Amino acid sequence: MSYSDKVLDHYNHPRNVGSFARDDANVGTGVVGAPECGDVMKLQLKISDAGVIEDARFKTFGCGSAIASSSYVTELVKGKHIDEAMAIKNTVIVKELNLPPVKIHCSVLAEDAIKAAISDWKTHKGVAPQKAQEK
Amino acid sequence: MLKTPVYMDNHATTPCDPRVLDAIMPYFTSKFGNAASRNHSFGWEAEEAVGKARDQIAGIINAKSKEIIFTSGATESDNLAIKGVAEFYKDKGNHLITCVTEHKAVLDSCRALERLGKATVTYLPVDKYGMVDPDAVRKAITDKTVLITIMYANNEIGTIHPIREIGKIAKQREIVFHCDAVQAVGKIPVDVEKDGIDLLSMSGHKIYGPKGVGALYVRSKGPRVRLTPIIDGGGHERGMRSGTLNVTGIVGFGAACEIAKTELAGEARYLTDLRNQLQAQLFERLDEVYLNGHPTERLPGNLNVSFAYVEGESLLMGINDVAVSSGSACTSATLEPSYVIRALGTDEELAHSSIRFGLGRFNTGEEVDYVAERVTKEVKRLREMSPLYEMAREGIDLKSVQWKA
Repeated sequence: MSYSDKVLDHYNHPRNVGSFARDDANVGTGVVGAPECGDVMKLQLKISDAGVIEDARFKTFGCGSAIASSSYVTELVKGKHIDEAMAIKNTVIVKELNLPPVKIHCSVLAEDAIKAAISDWKTHKGVAPQKAQEK
Repeated sequence: MLKTPVYMDNHATTPCDPRVLDAIMPYFTSKFGNAASRNHSFGWEAEEAVGKARDQIAGIINAKSKEIIFTSGATESDNLAIKGVAEFYKDKGNHLITCVTEHKAVLDSCRALERLGKATVTYLPVDKYGMVDPDAVRKAITDKTVLITIMYANNEIGTIHPIREIGKIAKQREIVFHCDAVQAVGKIPVDVEKDGIDLLSMSGHKIYGPKGVGALYVRSKGPRVRLTPIIDGGGHERGMRSGTLNVTGIVGFGAACEIAKTELAGEARYLTDLRNQLQAQLFERLDEVYLNGHPTERLPGNLNVSFAYVEGESLLMGINDVAVSSGSACTSATLEPSYVIRALGTDEELAHSSIRFGLGRFNTGEEVDYVAERVTKEVKRLREMSPLYEMAREGIDLKSVQWKA
């Protein structure tokens, strides 16, 4: 299977790799996937009090398409309001990266990561209680 | 000068040795006869060439020429051995013994028989090195057992099974012993007499011969093994495998065996050295690298390692001028990680992180240095990108995390 140019570009030059401090009140962290499934994405969003995503970082364990999906998502969400970001569908990622059918789960995971990060931020802010992700 | 891409996937297939190609060429053009044509020189010429190849192939496993049945490849050989024995000996019993890390050609032949209600199958587990316990084979035998099928050496992790011990057990209990020796023949000494093997599958393209040709060794004496054919027709190959012989393929397969037999000892030393060089470089430069398979009872050219916290396919993508393979789910058609690595009982994610290096006759020390360098650099880069590596560095036990898949 060959990769699309965009997947290759994100894989070779991933955007916004890294981490924010988890305990920063403005940071929402979403960790989705599982090591035994071969995919784990960590997406962190720095969100203003007004609910605007000011910055994003990711780290991903997974195939090239998973890395590319998360890298693309960090670009996609920056500057968006969380309500807009919550509405992002995986199909946007599939289209942008030209993902083949077997890699659609990578885009689903990236969509889940956005939702998980925002919901974590809301928990920080006391908007809605949510269970901790780690024991 | 190093030429890229570097091919280091010699368990998947090998390039045709130029000496093999030289031997084949005349049989495409001037010596094109059908080996079954008995009434003219074209046929005789082809028949003679097939006879010579049969001797060469028999020679590498210490068999007799007439015990070699030509097939289209080892998948067909495995099918013929397993289905052929199950059918022929159905009045004697219907129980087969195999092991969980066998090649799919063996496992799926067994499953096909189960599905048709023609056999019950015991799938023996392996230890953490991927080795089957001969005692477990002994204990699995019932009065209905008609076949034991265990591979000589595993195609993913290179582990060499205790074949001679299993052969002894099979002999004592008078059960037919089939061995898929695709990865072993031409790489390590294989001797059907000393090893007590009754049926043995082999393939041309794994030993620098052409694709599309293989053989099944079928013991003729002590005991004489019988098979029901799976392909019917003109009665070629003593009725066990009909179809016009692939003369060019067979000639090449024979030549490849002749070369492999002559060069086996030296080549095994050469490949073991290269493998050890690669292993040493990777283990020195990187932490948390795990060897999959047996530390010593292993094919000379095989190195299978897991680079923790890095997914295999992404690593392959990073080292795109190096041809190796991965046990990662993303590289398989089934989207399941390697069943062989999972059978070792290691953590599931290490299966996703596994890379198989298959060194061969034409690899060089310079290539090994290059590959070690490329892999090291890419693993480090991907670990910087890996949330698992970060968590491990922070002292988080990944097993304690409740993952939301």
